[in-house]
Amino acid sequence: MKREELIFEQSRPGRRAPTHAPATLAATDDLPSSVLRQEPPLLPEVSELQVVRHFTRLSQLNFSIDTHFYPLGSCTMKYNPRASNTLAMLPGFLARHPLEPDSHAQGVLESLFDLQELLKAVTGMSGVSLTPMAGAQGEFAGIAMIRAYHLARGDTERTQVIVPDAAHGTNPASATMCGCEAIEIPTGPDGDVDLDALRQVVGPKTAAIMLTNPSTLGVFERRISEIAEIVHAAGGLLYYDGANLNAILGRALPAGMGFDVVHINLHKTFSTPHGGGGPGSGVVAVNPRLEPFLPIPIVGKRDGSYVWLTEADRPQSIGRLSGFMGNTGILLRAYIYMRLLGTDGMRRVSGYATLNANYLCARLASAGFTIAYPRRRASHEFIISLKDVARDTGATAMDFAKALLDRGFHAPTTYFPLLVPECLLIEPTETEARQELDDFVQALTEIRDLAGRDVGELKRAPQTTPVRRLDDVRAARQLDLTWQGKPRTVN
Amino acid sequence: MTQIPQQLKYTEDHEWVRAEADGSVVIGITDHAQHQLGELVYVELPDAGRTVTRGAAMAVVESTKAASDVYAPLAGVIVQGNPALADQPELVNTDPYGEGWLVRLRPGDAADLAALLDSAAYTQLLAAED
Amino acid sequence: MPFIPHTDDDLAVMLQTIGVADIDTLFDEIPAALRISSLPGVPPGLSEAAVTRLMRKRAAQNTDSLCFLGAGAYEHHIPAAVWELAARGEFYSAYTPYQAEASQGTLQLIYEYQSMLAGLVDMDVSNASLYDGATAFAEACLMAVRASRSNSRRVLVARYLHPLWRKAAETLLKGQTVELVELPAVDGHTDPDALTKLDGQDFAAVCLPWPNFLGGLEPVDTLTDWAHSRNMLVIGVCNPVALGLLKPPGKWGARGADIACGEGQPLGIPLASGGPYFGFMACRQALVRQMPGRIVGQTLDIEGRRGFTLTLQAREQHIRRSKATSNICTNQGLMVTAATIHMSLLGSEGLRRVAAQCHANTRSLVGALTSLDGVELRFAPYFHEAVLKLPRPVAPLLAELAAAGILGGYDLGADFPELGQAVLVCATELRTAEDIAAYRHALAGALGMAAAA
Repeated sequence: MKREELIFEQSRPGRRAPTHAPATLAATDDLPSSVLRQEPPLLPEVSELQVVRHFTRLSQLNFSIDTHFYPLGSCTMKYNPRASNTLAMLPGFLARHPLEPDSHAQGVLESLFDLQELLKAVTGMSGVSLTPMAGAQGEFAGIAMIRAYHLARGDTERTQVIVPDAAHGTNPASATMCGCEAIEIPTGPDGDVDLDALRQVVGPKTAAIMLTNPSTLGVFERRISEIAEIVHAAGGLLYYDGANLNAILGRALPAGMGFDVVHINLHKTFSTPHGGGGPGSGVVAVNPRLEPFLPIPIVGKRDGSYVWLTEADRPQSIGRLSGFMGNTGILLRAYIYMRLLGTDGMRRVSGYATLNANYLCARLASAGFTIAYPRRRASHEFIISLKDVARDTGATAMDFAKALLDRGFHAPTTYFPLLVPECLLIEPTETEARQELDDFVQALTEIRDLAGRDVGELKRAPQTTPVRRLDDVRAARQLDLTWQGKPRTVN
Repeated sequence: MTQIPQQLKYTEDHEWVRAEADGSVVIGITDHAQHQLGELVYVELPDAGRTVTRGAAMAVVESTKAASDVYAPLAGVIVQGNPALADQPELVNTDPYGEGWLVRLRPGDAADLAALLDSAAYTQLLAAED
Repeated sequence: MPFIPHTDDDLAVMLQTIGVADIDTLFDEIPAALRISSLPGVPPGLSEAAVTRLMRKRAAQNTDSLCFLGAGAYEHHIPAAVWELAARGEFYSAYTPYQAEASQGTLQLIYEYQSMLAGLVDMDVSNASLYDGATAFAEACLMAVRASRSNSRRVLVARYLHPLWRKAAETLLKGQTVELVELPAVDGHTDPDALTKLDGQDFAAVCLPWPNFLGGLEPVDTLTDWAHSRNMLVIGVCNPVALGLLKPPGKWGARGADIACGEGQPLGIPLASGGPYFGFMACRQALVRQMPGRIVGQTLDIEGRRGFTLTLQAREQHIRRSKATSNICTNQGLMVTAATIHMSLLGSEGLRRVAAQCHANTRSLVGALTSLDGVELRFAPYFHEAVLKLPRPVAPLLAELAAAGILGGYDLGADFPELGQAVLVCATELRTAEDIAAYRHALAGALGMAAAA
């Protein structure tokens, strides 16, 4: 099985990759010795080839979209077009100092301005800020804008944010970051929000409700207009968590549903890379009532030139969220992707994502798997529950996940949302071919057969990955977070 | 089968309470609770001398998959957290009613103890949850 | 159809399997009143060739300059191997490593990153990164308030911390009523003799930039001991390249700082208009459970072999929800991938030479520019960046330099009026003697002087 030593273990004293640093150590005799480092930091001493080989080998230990079907529900793991990366990495974009004059960055600013306009079009909103650096920051910005809106109206008591129990964990956490209190409401048996529960919790303290639509249960919230009426009538605003925008792109607008603010995960719907966990982008779009509060900077147009708008232009803004303007390079990638798709391509995204999900759902249902919401139309994702299999055989959703790895598939999202027991949340995305989906059905069916026949063998999965199941308890009890070894002094 | 010793008092949040001869009480989480959480990897305990109100979060028990607050069953002053748990959080799993106790507390009003569930009531509570 | 593999045949079979006539029917649960049939405002799609033409044109509309601007983002050499490797599809298109067995590449890489970063700042543990330097600073303040024995929600911060970071932190801290209070300053750094003004007040922590925004060297040893004697935590806000040469926060004062954070951009990340960059954070072992963000740990698999996994996840939002240490859900994985490769290629000696050369070049620049009448160095010692006083208003001079193809520095007047007509300049290891001469020549011209040395 493939393994790779730590880079520190490949280090030898005195070995260098010298072409990357100045040939000599420049004098620093003007600095008092009290400010200088006495011992060099622990960094490896390796050659350039060793570095290239090591990190190439490490990369080969990963599953990725480029190598495997990756049906990770709620994460929209679709193909990341190469053009987005190549063009965003043009030297003319990389060489831009963030504090250079606007006149030097017109090409970047025009692209970002265009992106703002495109995002208005796909959400139906009137204002956009591109600065939030991830979905969670978009959520923070959204709730902070809502707080600022209420406060600007002298409405100081609105500190409660209503969140359905199926929501992403970031929703309540973001509300807390904004100094608000998260109030959970239950989901009804059909997967829609429990309206009676909602009516009971709204009131003079309601700042907002945060919703994902389609929800994390993979169904469209059909009574969204009624929810909007209830919340607006109580004086609260509606926050749209755009995690699942891929499902409705060009089919419905968050603004049309009654939402006041939306964040969009560009790394999901607009196919910027997940990069092994970031960078993401959580741009926000708002309707006119929240526009004054958008986080800065924003790209504006003045006298035919593009400019960064800051405090001076936007005095009611909630402020800055980053050192400069956020993840510009990611924004360019999303812009390039959107221009490649165009208006028809965007509707095809939601159309084929939904087709693939419903096809996979139908095939798994006829193969005998339990669909969590069988009477509902799947959106771009759906849930199967393995509760019965677990009861009958002892095989859990986690066992299925690990066995899928052995069959060359990344696992779907497991144990989320929390309210469906032993669940797999499956999102195939529009970029997968039917053959891949058929193979996935075959693999899940085989695994279920194995569970019935020899659950012990199933629990030994994965067997083909670089490591077998890992001891999470040991990892947490005997924390080992940094390499403590010494560089070898002899070969 | 989950253990529910008869001589202890219980809460609806799955804590147990034992009255000591010196007037203090010892508090832990029940066998049912430790089983639900899975193998514990960390226990965060309050400092001695801290005053807690009834129902206030006073400790956190953490497994690899979950972190849960432990609420004070009684108002009072913390006498001591269980020092053994710093290195051996698994004691809560292996001996929840013994070596795995969490906190010793001096209650503000000893009469509050009477308001807690007895073992029969707690047994019923668990049966109702299933 | 861009990126969609379905044939007509596939489509027909799939619709039949589902039992619907067409794709539009799949959206029948969306109330009819909410459905739309097109996206006015989105132009038709372009071919890759056409988009390539468009983006090349946009890239060319930008203006490249000779960069003497630092102020939190630095132009360093990035070895070609860094982004060749980081952009490999197996890194680029992988998700967060929740399925550890299928993500050992990313996980081992983050463990190596954590080890390198912790070593660089001389702390016990590091997280897997945060969004950028400004948010790392804000998260460090929140962490210190949680971890501090004091009940104070006020954090002391040096006056000459990056002004944009401070603004971002204020946005992020406001909701949790954490307040930043400025330390007294003199001569471009914190004034250790004026600390008595703060007697009788309670603070959770003190934040010390290293070097500070002006390139100044804060009296970190004195301030660390002072803060610890008053039960405050100490947060070091560092430039990671500078730490190749400067004393790391773990060695400040008698006990060392408690938390280190900063902007990771100088470690192999292109300037790229301000992002994506990454923020780093490290701390003493005792504080690890208060640290936000993902953390990777080493463990064993069922066969007893070494492996890596995300750990301490119970602190995070997907488990702890509203009680999480932060709402952060991501790290800047790809940026950390690049930084880890970058640090591996440079090694400690390489990093030290880069730091020393940046400093030497900035000294040369200061020497060249102060040879012009009326241009004066404001503060010494400085590191890597320096404040120059100019004889004329700064903004028009910088505009004139920019027109001549030179980014002449950061105008300090608006943020720090006490400095007068002052500009912050920086020359990284990439600036040559010729570049510096060009700056001097252009500045002399702008000041209406003869350029002769």
